[in-house]
Amino acid sequence: MVTTLDERRARHVAGQVPDPELPMLTLADLGVLRGVELLPDGTVVASLTPTYSGCPAMAEMRADVAARLRAAGFARVEIRTVLDPPWTSDWITPEGRRKLAEAGIAPPLAAPRRTGGPVPLRLSATRRAVACPRCGSSDTEETSRFSATSCKALWRCRGCLEPFEYVKEI
Amino acid sequence: MSDVTDDHVFLSLTADHGDADARWAFGTGFEDPLHGVDTTVPATVDAAELAACCLALGDDALVGAQRLAQWCTRAPELEEEMALANIGLDLLGQARLLYSRTGQVDGSGRDEDAYAYFRDAEDFRNVRLAELPNGDFAFSITRLLVLSCWRLAVFQRLAATAPDPVLKAVAAKGVNELAYHRQFAADWAVRLGDGTEESHRRMRKALAGVAPYLDELFAARPGFGIDPAEVRKETTAVLRQVLDAAGLELPGAEALPGQGREGDHTEHLAPLLAELQSVARAHPEATW
Repeated sequence: MVTTLDERRARHVAGQVPDPELPMLTLADLGVLRGVELLPDGTVVASLTPTYSGCPAMAEMRADVAARLRAAGFARVEIRTVLDPPWTSDWITPEGRRKLAEAGIAPPLAAPRRTGGPVPLRLSATRRAVACPRCGSSDTEETSRFSATSCKALWRCRGCLEPFEYVKEI
Repeated sequence: MSDVTDDHVFLSLTADHGDADARWAFGTGFEDPLHGVDTTVPATVDAAELAACCLALGDDALVGAQRLAQWCTRAPELEEEMALANIGLDLLGQARLLYSRTGQVDGSGRDEDAYAYFRDAEDFRNVRLAELPNGDFAFSITRLLVLSCWRLAVFQRLAATAPDPVLKAVAAKGVNELAYHRQFAADWAVRLGDGTEESHRRMRKALAGVAPYLDELFAARPGFGIDPAEVRKETTAVLRQVLDAAGLELPGAEALPGQGREGDHTEHLAPLLAELQSVARAHPEATW
């Protein structure tokens, strides 16, 4: 595939747009920017995928990417939504995980594997080793499976006693 | 349209200036959630069957989301309130995608709002279990457990075999969300069933209340060759697993006459919709 300089620039611009709810991450870090392409007629096509079906920030993300690209001189911008394959927390890049931890938010563990059969249910209390993003202790516990945004859960560190947010593995 | 002269204050906030700082609130200026998705219907897909399937699953989700939202300010703990609202938000997102798809394939060209706000109770195709009042926390958890188990079994099948790529993708996305909801409900079912005498008693009462509405889930066909008997087998197997751990049993019950999928509803759906639809019907062309 031939990548022109303009296409690389468009990719860079779109890749720098921050997530509206986790502004320490770019949309590229979060794994919701699926691709940026420059068509022969000069139109930039950016593809986004929602994190959750009900993510209220999706329209915001579309508008932000389009606005940044226009501001960078690309007059014709088209935003496409990609639903397949669905986003999982595994799409968050290593760079994104590092930034989350730096901001005091524990990055997600590996998402559960789906093999095609019935989704298994977990009823025994298996402890997940989520490290405290402040002190690094692995003596932590979940306080709520949900939090202030769709993508996070609430945890607490028994070492330093601080509560912290954890990006749900999904 | 309005003749109020200071409208410009709000227009300046909502208009698209191409400026990254122009946003003022999430949740304003809704657009089609399938915006920019390839929405061609494959020639081999029966459009009527696709529309009926999307509508039924969309109605279950919207009505379920509204019931979950009614827990706001009423849940036993702040964390649980947040959980129920978050689950409702996922379902609302699924409903929006499914309604948009319905409007593209049923020939009406309607948008998501037309389905949510401008249909009456008899036009809704949700199962009646979704519309029953919240009851106590035990009832809401039991209902959530049953509906997440059932919906997950259906979505998994649609994600594997639905001939329509949009429905297939919506289902594949929903599977991860529904597995998370089911886990939340299962954890609570075990905690309450195996908890105090009082919480156990309430769970038994909740199961007795849910039981007459179970058959309807498996009688109704979501479409595309999904075998309701297979869905029943998987759903009841998961429910048994949870209830065993909780020291509870699924009571037998005689199925109620009628089908929510045919527009037969309880007296509880109309008031739920009246509240849900009141603003949209009072200001039908409003944007905000």
